[in-house]
Amino acid sequence: MSKVRHLIEPTDLKQQEIEEILELAEKIMEKPEDYAEACKGKLLATLFFEPSTRTRFSFEAAMLRLGGRIIGFSEPNSSAVAKGESVKDTIRTIACYSDIAVIRHPKEGVPRLASKYSDIPVINAGDGGHQHPTQTLTDLLTMKSLKKGLTKHTIGFCGDLKFGRTVHSLVKSLAGFKELSFIFISPPELKIPDYIKEELEEGSYIEISSLDTAMEKLDILYMTRIQRERFLDEGEYMRLKDSYILTNEKLQAAKKDMIIMHPLPRVNEIADEVDNDPRAVYFKQAKYGMYVRMALIIKLLEVEGK
Amino acid sequence: MIRIDTIKKGIVIDHIKVGHGYKIFNHLGLDKTDYTVALLKNIPSNKLGSKDLIKIENDIHLDLTVLGLIDPGVTINIIENGIKKEKIKLRLPERVKGILKCKNPRCVTTLENIDDVEFTLVSQEKKEYRCEYCDARTSM
Repeated sequence: MSKVRHLIEPTDLKQQEIEEILELAEKIMEKPEDYAEACKGKLLATLFFEPSTRTRFSFEAAMLRLGGRIIGFSEPNSSAVAKGESVKDTIRTIACYSDIAVIRHPKEGVPRLASKYSDIPVINAGDGGHQHPTQTLTDLLTMKSLKKGLTKHTIGFCGDLKFGRTVHSLVKSLAGFKELSFIFISPPELKIPDYIKEELEEGSYIEISSLDTAMEKLDILYMTRIQRERFLDEGEYMRLKDSYILTNEKLQAAKKDMIIMHPLPRVNEIADEVDNDPRAVYFKQAKYGMYVRMALIIKLLEVEGK
Repeated sequence: MIRIDTIKKGIVIDHIKVGHGYKIFNHLGLDKTDYTVALLKNIPSNKLGSKDLIKIENDIHLDLTVLGLIDPGVTINIIENGIKKEKIKLRLPERVKGILKCKNPRCVTTLENIDDVEFTLVSQEKKEYRCEYCDARTSM
């Protein structure tokens, strides 16, 4: 079983492997027809123990576009789990029928547990608030494709940087790329944790609390939501909440070729008016998500295009 | 104060936090032995204010991992011919399996029966371990 590769958290992939996946995804985007039969005869199982339409469709579309087929469930009530079957037994059974499995589960660590009992590759499609590695790959591909590479950029992360796992895994993965500068924009209560900053080179980042101050320097702006319940002081929340809402007015100071990213779903941190700005790429991100999942499936199944 | 004779050959577990002495005593199965053992509780101590202490008049194998998890502050003195031959200060083990429980209610270990959950030490000072499944920190 040890030879089978899984993707449970971003660090399961070496830097070189991440780069290979991103390069392959770009090749697929360029010439999808060369990969249309790469997974012919292969079966992908989607085990969604909680609903997530966006992620499930993205994986299913990826497999279908590679010429493979899919089986699975999108809520646990329709599976043997409803009868009390354990995760271990579910994956052992599914592994008999399929070639690769994608798991989403509200409990943290379920994909890791499943991977221990699986002789087919397991991909984590989100386990509670824990890890979501294909979101990280999606973000990396979006940056690489739209900003022509993953070096020499100034990247701003704005919002709740303390609890946002998406930001944590993305920053950790970006730490492997050269000549990047980071600006972490958050209220003091929601600063990025020290153990994430320790991954970065000294002098490669600054921490500030004003989005307006950072705006003109940024090549990439990664927005996240600030949740009211994260604030200890209601007054502080009221004072700060508007300063982290992106509007057309705020964007006037930004570079013409800056890109605005967001892991979605958004609530109100990006005003609807911004959607029409060509710099807003958060809906395009979904498309990159599908291509990067196609590349990941090819890599884990060790198949090839034409 | 009650006096217990010094031992000739054996082990003295010193600097046990008050209340942990009985736990260690039970864990080592000392209630079932036929050699001389002593459990002293609430002894005045310069370092701790008061402490528990265990004397074992025998050469037994100690599982330092488990002992370190129950009370990492203890000192173990190995006695031979009535004198201290070796002093072992415990450190928390880097990895432990099957002993700790993850305190994260969202962790898979609360859902499924998993016997050998591995925890990795992240901080000696804070006595914190990381769960292999959910990465949550669990302190001792």
